[in-house]
Amino acid sequence: MPTVSVGRDRLFEALRRTYTQEEFEDLCFQFGIELDDVTTEKAIIRKEKHLEEEEPSDDEEVIYKIEVPANRYDLLCLEGLSQSLRIFAGLEPIPTYTVANISKESMLKMHVKPETSQIRPYVVCAVLRGVTFNEARYNSFIDLQDRLHQNICRRRTLVAIGTHDLDTIEGPFTYEALAPKDINFTPLKQTRNFSADELMEFYKKDLKLKKFLHIIEGSPVYPVIYDQKRTVLSLPPIINGAHSAITLKTKNVFIECTATDLTKANIVLNTMVTMFSMYCERKFEVEPVEVSYTDGRSYVSPDLSFYQMEVPVSYITKLIGVSLPAHESARLLNKMQLHAKHSISDKNEASFTISVPPTRSDILHPCDVAEDVAIAYGYNEIPKITFPSVKPQLLNKFSDLIREEIATVGYTEVLTWILCSSKEISTMLNREEDKTAVINGNPRSADFEVVRTTLMPGILKTVGHNKDHPKPIKIFEVGDVVLLDEKKDVGASNRRKLAALHCGSTSGFELIHGLVDRIMEVLGTPFVSPGDKTGYYIESSNEPEYLKGRQAHIIFKGEKIGTFGIVHPQVLHNFDIPDPCSFVEIDIEKFL
Amino acid sequence: MAEEAVLGHLEHNQEISDSGVFSQEKGIDHDELVNIIKSLNGFGLVIAADIKREKWLLSDEAQSYVKYGSAEVLLFEAVPAEGTAKAKLQEIVKSKLPADLDDTTKSLIYDKGWAQAMKNKWVGLADSQVSRKVEHVEDRVKDLLIQIQNGEAVGAKDIDALKRRRLISLQIWKGYSVKKGPNYAPKRKKAATDLVRDHLQRDEWKDIEFKEYNFLAKGQPTEGGCLHPLYKVKQQIQMIFLQMGFEEMPTNNYVESSFWNFDALFQPQQHPARDSHDTFFLKVPSTTNSLPEEYVERVKTVHESGGYGSRGYGYDWKREEANKNLLRTHTTAVSTRMLYALAQGPFTPKRYYSIDRVFRNEAVDRTHLAEFHQIEGLICDRGLSLGHLRGVLEDFFSRIGMSKLKFKPAYNPYTEPSMEIFSYHEGLKKWVEIGNSGMFRPEMLRPMGLPEDVQVIAWGLSLERPTMILYGIDNIRDLFGHKVDLSLTKRNPICRLGLN
Repeated sequence: MPTVSVGRDRLFEALRRTYTQEEFEDLCFQFGIELDDVTTEKAIIRKEKHLEEEEPSDDEEVIYKIEVPANRYDLLCLEGLSQSLRIFAGLEPIPTYTVANISKESMLKMHVKPETSQIRPYVVCAVLRGVTFNEARYNSFIDLQDRLHQNICRRRTLVAIGTHDLDTIEGPFTYEALAPKDINFTPLKQTRNFSADELMEFYKKDLKLKKFLHIIEGSPVYPVIYDQKRTVLSLPPIINGAHSAITLKTKNVFIECTATDLTKANIVLNTMVTMFSMYCERKFEVEPVEVSYTDGRSYVSPDLSFYQMEVPVSYITKLIGVSLPAHESARLLNKMQLHAKHSISDKNEASFTISVPPTRSDILHPCDVAEDVAIAYGYNEIPKITFPSVKPQLLNKFSDLIREEIATVGYTEVLTWILCSSKEISTMLNREEDKTAVINGNPRSADFEVVRTTLMPGILKTVGHNKDHPKPIKIFEVGDVVLLDEKKDVGASNRRKLAALHCGSTSGFELIHGLVDRIMEVLGTPFVSPGDKTGYYIESSNEPEYLKGRQAHIIFKGEKIGTFGIVHPQVLHNFDIPDPCSFVEIDIEKFL
Repeated sequence: MAEEAVLGHLEHNQEISDSGVFSQEKGIDHDELVNIIKSLNGFGLVIAADIKREKWLLSDEAQSYVKYGSAEVLLFEAVPAEGTAKAKLQEIVKSKLPADLDDTTKSLIYDKGWAQAMKNKWVGLADSQVSRKVEHVEDRVKDLLIQIQNGEAVGAKDIDALKRRRLISLQIWKGYSVKKGPNYAPKRKKAATDLVRDHLQRDEWKDIEFKEYNFLAKGQPTEGGCLHPLYKVKQQIQMIFLQMGFEEMPTNNYVESSFWNFDALFQPQQHPARDSHDTFFLKVPSTTNSLPEEYVERVKTVHESGGYGSRGYGYDWKREEANKNLLRTHTTAVSTRMLYALAQGPFTPKRYYSIDRVFRNEAVDRTHLAEFHQIEGLICDRGLSLGHLRGVLEDFFSRIGMSKLKFKPAYNPYTEPSMEIFSYHEGLKKWVEIGNSGMFRPEMLRPMGLPEDVQVIAWGLSLERPTMILYGIDNIRDLFGHKVDLSLTKRNPICRLGLN
């Protein structure tokens, strides 16, 4: 996106008020431009020269660097930018640009020679009469040309602009294409005469101009514009002649745009003249030039006519998704510099006749008109319309992610029964009767007496029935247990647990400990010192189902969330397991 | 034996005051004793306290001096009273040295002896003749070394001189004093670090004592593979799209023609994005073999002179430009193919998404790579509006944890209206741009053959940007590419996007 640097104070003066930076940023955001950087002239120079950062002094002019959309050429200078913002703010009506009404005979003329078709076939011209320049306006005039050259002109390949002091030259003008050696003139900023081929060599050392030489280099003919007295106005797209250079004192400006793309030449010319006609004696009036070709084609430039477009009112409101009365849409369009005339068609359909000014070449289709209404209405004011969609069950999706991680480090998932016998959750685990368990009233067998309060018996039974499986056995389960819970209407609630077991010729206690670390790591939980509540730590424990000295609690954010240890040999014996096992069980709901 | 000695001694005595002395008394190697003390200390049977002593240690050279005399004395004694030629001296000296020394040692003694005897002015050299300069000499160096070996005190000056001759060096001796510990027993139980099968089989587990376990350290790291953080995020975002009713587009085609990448999207041929500065154009295969000709004609017309209510760009559209092959700069090229295919049958509404690689000819820096992943979603249906676009964006972005959004008008050649998406970053306390969105232009959709009342709302963002925000990464090269630290990938936690 192109960036435009403008003096903040000049900008605020043009906007007839001052803004805080935040207020200005908000305005930019609404309008679709962006305050990219705030700097000063001196800071820019310092940066270019790679000088040390100094404290900026208060008297330095603050420069706003503003990013503008790539298709809004009318925003590439302070004049156009401030005018658009004034109109957006409702401070000013849309200007009416006019072409001075002069007879064909007294109109300035530009004759195009057929040879130009070999290299750069098109030219359009215009005159700004009675311009009052001052330093700021003059600089802006030059900068706009640079920015247009850089953007729409595609580094002068498509269009090149030449501006001249009309009082130093005399029409009619001719646009020709001649052999380089036959073109001779003193170029801008030089004091002697060069032939065009000599000049091309000369500019190979010029940092700014050398990148444009390729556009015509190697062509048998170079484009050139002469006045009646054979004064060279310019050698497009490289350089203008020194003779017709504009100065602060220039009153009448002749503008020529040579091009390989006529549409863009017209856009560029229109941008130049509409922006700077505000400094003309007759504000917003531009003097035309007749361009004629040897084959008889001719046209008058600039073409400042409004582009007319029929847009149904409903098209706009449907596209935005807001029902706006026609007069409101029209008011919003005016803020964006578009005239809108409301009419009812034969089919009783309300529609707008939109008049697009020559400054708004970006408006190609009614959808562009609709966008302008949406911008003026405010993108962030448009009510949201939602589509039906579904959301995942957090606990289950989360469990799935953890299951994948545990399988990834080599543990095989088991899926065991929720129901078990009451001794499996008590005496077989060296525990007293479990008072937190839900008890089945009519179990068909002892295997279904209670609802599990821990995943341990299911996993130990799996090991006991897989004695022949090669060691080590590494298994895990993520599943629910049920505990009595007075807070629940039914008096019991599920808890999501994770359990894992290692069984081999050694218990693998350090491996289960390592698995605990890994689980915490994938949950993004840091390992902290005992007492620290920002992560997890391990604290030696004394639970009957584990071996003394080889068991610990896992403390997360100060709360016990699980235990791991070497399964007590008595418990192993109870479950008919001949090999040592380490086991961990964690409540994972704490991590939601 | 050492363990029994220590535990046995402590059964009747308060302490072992010095392990060095104890080792000599009991005739146990001190290193062995230290190992036992450390082990007993670890199990709490004893409490050991460090003892440190400094001791001068004789070098091999010095030990030979103690045995045979210092080099300078040996040399002095070898010089005949009448003197000798310097050239013969080495031979004479070597012949007088003890026969059990090898030749290298003899040479060394000669060299050192010569230098030191000259320094002491015991011998002199004149006209290549060596002669004695004193009557007789005393072997003080040997005496000093013997004193040091016996642990007797020696003056600082002498120590210094011997040290400079590298005959002695300082050694720090470490030992322990030992007392009964809290778990003291005259004989310790079987010690183990883990419960093993044998303990169970022989029913020994009741008698084993476990070495204390350090819960302040981490356990043994797990082994296994890990998925890439970026693809973990991708997987979650795919889940989000599926929950929102979007189907995935096939994106396994990196090579694309300019036509599908740009022209079909109503992107003019002079657009800066089509510069070689931004796009990788291909040398091989340089051009596309075929394009759908009727559609190409309609695209050409809409660029040149418009249609469908548009005035077009008003330039000469060139087929050669459209034919140029490139590496796709956005997955929207795929969306375009999908919409074109959709338009070839009776209209059915669609919701499409894709997450895949795109390429830009950009300089690589902290925030830019020449390739990255684009996330794209689109809805194609009748009667869609900006309100729908806002709605779907709010839904999508809130699922990836960005619930505070605002929209800025923007320019994009193939969307109109266009909205840049900004999200409020709680950490940075500012609005950050996270993506682009809009409604595809009629100039793009109508030439495909889609009905006039069909709109497409679409949005796109990079996969890398939200991931970098999510994990607080500020250099894109730390996230994606061959410079990524593998341990970061291993440490990366599960991705909880879409679970809020």
